[in-house]
Amino acid sequence: MTNELIAISLLWGFIFIYAVMATMDFGAGFWSMVYMNREKTKATNIANRYLSPTWEVTNVFIVAIVVALVSFFPGATFLLGTVLLIPGSLILLLLAIRSAFLVFSHIAKEYEKMLTYISGISGIIIPALLISVLPITHGGYIEMLDSTARLRLDQLFTSPHEYSFIGFAISSTLFLSSLLLADYSNEANELEAYRIYRRDALILGPISLLMAFFIMLTMQREATWLYNRMMDYLPWLISSVFMFFVAGIALYLPSRKQKGVKGRPRIAVVAVVIQYFLASYAYGKAHLPYMIYPDVTIQSGFTHPNTFKALFTTYIVGFVILFPGFIYFWRLFMKDRRYLQKQE
Amino acid sequence: MVEDLVIARTLFGTTMAFHIIFATLGVGIPLMILFAELLYQKTKDRDYAVMANRWTKGLAILLGVAIPSGTIAGVQLSLLWPGFMEVVGKVMALPFQIEIYAFFVEALFMSIYVYAADRISPFMRIVSVTFVLIGAAASAILITNVHAFEGTPSGFQMVNGEVTDVDPWKAFFNPSFFVTAGHVVVSAFMTGAFVIVSIAAFQMLRQKKNERVYAYHKKALMLGLAIGGIFSLLTALNGHESAQMLHEYQPEKLAAAEGLFETQDYAPLAIGGYTDEETQSVKWAIEIPWLLSFLAGDSFDTVVRGLNDFPREWWPPLFVHTLFNAMVLIGTFLIFLSMAGFIWNKVMKRKEFHRFFMWAFILAGPLSMLSIEFGWIFACTGRQPWVIYRMMKTSESVTQSGNLAVLFFLFLLVYIVLSAAVVLVLRYYFKRHPVLHDLDGQANDGSNNFAH
Repeated sequence: MTNELIAISLLWGFIFIYAVMATMDFGAGFWSMVYMNREKTKATNIANRYLSPTWEVTNVFIVAIVVALVSFFPGATFLLGTVLLIPGSLILLLLAIRSAFLVFSHIAKEYEKMLTYISGISGIIIPALLISVLPITHGGYIEMLDSTARLRLDQLFTSPHEYSFIGFAISSTLFLSSLLLADYSNEANELEAYRIYRRDALILGPISLLMAFFIMLTMQREATWLYNRMMDYLPWLISSVFMFFVAGIALYLPSRKQKGVKGRPRIAVVAVVIQYFLASYAYGKAHLPYMIYPDVTIQSGFTHPNTFKALFTTYIVGFVILFPGFIYFWRLFMKDRRYLQKQE
Repeated sequence: MVEDLVIARTLFGTTMAFHIIFATLGVGIPLMILFAELLYQKTKDRDYAVMANRWTKGLAILLGVAIPSGTIAGVQLSLLWPGFMEVVGKVMALPFQIEIYAFFVEALFMSIYVYAADRISPFMRIVSVTFVLIGAAASAILITNVHAFEGTPSGFQMVNGEVTDVDPWKAFFNPSFFVTAGHVVVSAFMTGAFVIVSIAAFQMLRQKKNERVYAYHKKALMLGLAIGGIFSLLTALNGHESAQMLHEYQPEKLAAAEGLFETQDYAPLAIGGYTDEETQSVKWAIEIPWLLSFLAGDSFDTVVRGLNDFPREWWPPLFVHTLFNAMVLIGTFLIFLSMAGFIWNKVMKRKEFHRFFMWAFILAGPLSMLSIEFGWIFACTGRQPWVIYRMMKTSESVTQSGNLAVLFFLFLLVYIVLSAAVVLVLRYYFKRHPVLHDLDGQANDGSNNFAH
């Protein structure tokens, strides 16, 4: 594996982890808003219990992505930084509002509703904007004027390709988060909440799959180069769809915990994460060597080899130091029944 | 375009000025919490547990703004200064990367400390808050290292706009790293402590009648004063080193800070006043002969270089003299204030602080924060016109996209909304949960959880 490939794999790995964590994070915020007025079901309570300790950690990943991009691919940073000024700024503004009001909503109980609405709605717009970076890298929306790159926002937002990505981002956010919360409430023995989230996942799963097909359709017309390359990875895509059906079946299996309850949400969560992983691998692999088509490749944007070597060392050291911390965190918030079943 | 450069600098400067308030407290308050936890374990005085608990809640609210505003600052670097970040990515990526690990440490243990406090042992609580402190301080040190690198770049060469001869660790350990990063950390500890002093003094004035509450706030005040005093002294000592660093590595910045035009030995120190370019002097200043030479190089015959030694277009803006003086003046005031408070209380054994003292204490926190702002504006505008000293001009690194003015107003609006919200939420929360309530509270379970 070349240095460039190691670097892009790490970067794409961060993007994948963030994508999963962020969909759960933003989705949980959205669901806590939707079920706010149905106090008996504890659906909001469950969402908040997941969200409170995790949002800070999730937020670090978005900074980690930006840093990995800048440090591994400074050449790509220059172009991306220039063209993403407007969408990037909008994301930042929404992220600031969302995070702050999420924290505030837990503290100022009297204004909880209003604050939850603001953070819930801004939270669901963020994934839609974040994913727009992908179609931008497919080419066709950046124009060069006297050696200055400019993003054609008008072309971007009149393109069906952009909207298929937005639709995919929003439906996936809601799908993944409802599935995770189903598992989380199952773990916490909150049957009512489990039923609600399982139902949501069953509705949203097919929608997000449909959106994925829609992306392939628009890609065929608007980013033909990428579509053709992705077809080389067809077995990966077919396995991905297969995992989706595995998850669907798992949600209909009889529960191990209670009689008369349907679903093995843990299996479904794992299957769906594998589903997204397979698809994103095929997408990422087909995208290479281009970072921004056709201007920047992973070779042309790559950092200085000495810097890469030093960075790689810190990655290993950092991982060794952080790993026990993540395990401890996981045990306290994802496994500890005293936390999961805490009554308000 | 010149105009775009000004707007980009204004936008980024506003972001930093906003973020630095929360970031400073995010470094300073955990130290206070750690001391309160340790004092609680040592003295078993429950007041200290209450302090740790309440400060943690305040901190969690502040982090709700510190974290997103820090995210903005980090990403805006690439959006507004792509040329600069391209060089940083090639040469100075290490501090950013290591900072990510520091963020993770801080975020993981902050959540553990806040949301799992009731389920972990006192020992693990102290370990957690120590990790929060380490994570916060480390991220401040690392990001300041990038700032240090901008002033004293090393570990690479620029040949015809191309970066060559890259040594990332040499860039990481650039000459001013330790001094500059140290200055930021000790001044943050100082500011966190004085903000606590201000709040405690204010409450003591208001709650004179209630002995229980008064005693609680007095303990907080004394703790803040002790820590604030120690770190204001360290800040001053380190500040002196920073100035000597400028003398060696960025002489025109020191010259602008001191308003010195002519290169000379036995150079006088000008205190106060404003720098006037036409008369080449600092007007209305008090001049102390020979002192600047002594401060810069430890001997009176040290030659200090003046602005006239440098091309006019390399001069930093001259108003930095005023900012620099204001920063030093506030720092000096804070050292004297904590020493006077200490002597009054411990040496003269006076029980009550004089009213005059109390008002000075109340001012200490805001003044301290103001000196942080002055210091940062001085440090960054004093480096102009360079973004990387003598290597890259700020104008060469700015984004070429337009529309900056609209973005500036959008960001400004969001900062205003968030500032207002954070003040309202802090007031709301602490009004709803008065100290008395916590002091009377049943057995302390150490729970910091907001959900209850």
